[in-house]
Amino acid sequence: MIRFKDVSKTYTGKEGPVKAIKDVNLTVSDGKIYGIVGYSGAGKSTLIRMINGLETPTTGSVTVNGQEISQLKGEALREARLKIGMIFQHFDLLWSRTVLENVEFPLEISKKGNKEERRKKAEELIKLVGLQGKEKAYPSELSGGQKQRVGIARALANDPKILLSDEATSALDPKTTDEVLDLLVDINRRLGLTIVVITHEMHVIRKICDHVAVLDAGTIVEDGPVLDVFKHPQQAITKRFVNQETSTGSADDTQVVVDQLLESHPNGVIVKLTFHGDQAKLPIVSEMLRQFPDTNMSIIEGNIHQTQEGSIGSLYIQLTVENDNQEQIQGALDYLKTMRVETEVINREQ
Amino acid sequence: MNNNGFASFFEFNNVDWTKMGQATWETVWMTVVSMIAVAIFGIILGLILFETQNSNSIGAKIINWVVAALVNIFRSIPFIILIVLLLPATQALVGTIMGPRAALPSLIISAAPFYARLVQIAFDDLDHGVIEAAKAMGATRWQIVTKVLIPESSPALVSGITVTTISLIGYTAMAGAIGAGGLGNLAYLDGFQASNNAVTMMATIIIVVIVFIFQFLGDAVVKKIDKR
Ligand SMILES: Nc1ncnc2c1ncn2[C@@H]1O[C@H](COP(=O)(O)OP(=O)(O)OP(=O)(O)O)[C@@H](O)[C@H]1O
Ligand SMILES: [Mg+2]
Repeated sequence: MIRFKDVSKTYTGKEGPVKAIKDVNLTVSDGKIYGIVGYSGAGKSTLIRMINGLETPTTGSVTVNGQEISQLKGEALREARLKIGMIFQHFDLLWSRTVLENVEFPLEISKKGNKEERRKKAEELIKLVGLQGKEKAYPSELSGGQKQRVGIARALANDPKILLSDEATSALDPKTTDEVLDLLVDINRRLGLTIVVITHEMHVIRKICDHVAVLDAGTIVEDGPVLDVFKHPQQAITKRFVNQETSTGSADDTQVVVDQLLESHPNGVIVKLTFHGDQAKLPIVSEMLRQFPDTNMSIIEGNIHQTQEGSIGSLYIQLTVENDNQEQIQGALDYLKTMRVETEVINREQ
Repeated sequence: MNNNGFASFFEFNNVDWTKMGQATWETVWMTVVSMIAVAIFGIILGLILFETQNSNSIGAKIINWVVAALVNIFRSIPFIILIVLLLPATQALVGTIMGPRAALPSLIISAAPFYARLVQIAFDDLDHGVIEAAKAMGATRWQIVTKVLIPESSPALVSGITVTTISLIGYTAMAGAIGAGGLGNLAYLDGFQASNNAVTMMATIIIVVIVFIFQFLGDAVVKKIDKR
């Protein structure tokens, strides 16, 4: 378990003190994937680096598995760090070593086992991350995704209980990002590892995290289970992060389409439907059309995403009726409500 | 013996090849021995400079200041003056002020500070993230030096020592002029003073060849170890 208690961090920069972290309290339970999302400069790196003592809090305490990391020094701190793996945005591999030697590196540091045992362990880890056959390659001969796999194998070498990920997928393309994220989930399940992920991409949170905290200017402004936060974001910044992920086109694009439709169909209504969990799998919309045959529907925009706890999706539709039969529309909307789909009628912008 | 005119530079039958061979060996010996010593001292000094910069502790600041001052002073003293300045120390250290051994202290003291700066730059140029990563894995300072700093900057360290060694070859010739032996000494005594131009010419050719060989070896090693 990782616990931050009233943690603040002030840097003494050249232009006076910078309050990078302000009164942060958080708890990461064992075996969970905990995400921290925030914009650049929010203090994410500062926060995660306190977990392995690369930074020390100015006030407050950081406790990892009952040990107060912020108080450890020298040998005790190094000992604790062996049990906390870390992966980085720019991979930070040793270019002078092969893949195999890079993975052996932390074992040399911990002086675990003899040369043969280290080799064996490294080979196992390379297999675990799916890089067999690349043992003799140098980092410069690998793609970004492969380099991060080496980074992950290296981070796991000393059998840590915790894995820290500082923007580990930010330098990767979307497909590779997903592959690396899948690997992290796989490791979390297989090894029961606690993972703390920091990112500025809500996609990462949605895809792998159980719990999310939103960091804004050094303060955690919102946190909770990922699905809850996606369903009911409270703060403006959280809404922006959630929108980044749930609208496929940019928000502006959608508004343009909505405006056009409102113009050409003054009678119709435009509705935003939000689905979550199992609803996303049910044929709710087709059932609605069957029950209210006078309604016509056109889809403006929609998307659906998988999270660790279930699906979440949103759909913009336009409903029009023959003969201006407003009752049919109202009936359709009521039907959706009874199916517990969140509906929001969007009106002309004033 | 015709010692005037252009042709005199190429009358190599005037060259005493045994002496030339001996002088070549002395030059190579001075170069290689001082190169090894410069590499060791330069890396140690460069490491001290690197490790003590940007530190908050007073002790580290003082060490950094003292080492940086010494490095800058010895780097700015012209070599020929340094030899003269070091004569008493040389006498005490190696028991003589003549011959190749006597050249070593001044060669090392003039080149090590220069190389120390190159070493510090090489370490500074390393990606800070790699050092952080090692720290995050629980590495000690010493492990970071031996497993990260030195191996990761090895191409820069080798090309640095190549550059330093080539200027060392020049210094050996200068040291030779005031009695340290080697090709510089031979060119001065048997070539210039005895007006045997062919000896001067031959000594020059051999020095150029030695420089080329060191440069070639240095480049080859860098190419082999640079996996970036
Ligand atoms: N060593 C330092 N000295 C002074 N100020 C610092 C230092 N490190 C970070 N800061 C400041 O602390 C704040 C938070 O920095 P931090 O690196 O934690 O942000 P971040 O959320 O990780 O940003 P990014 O997404 O760009 O990596 C910033 O305002 C930054 O300028
Ligand atoms: Mg950061």
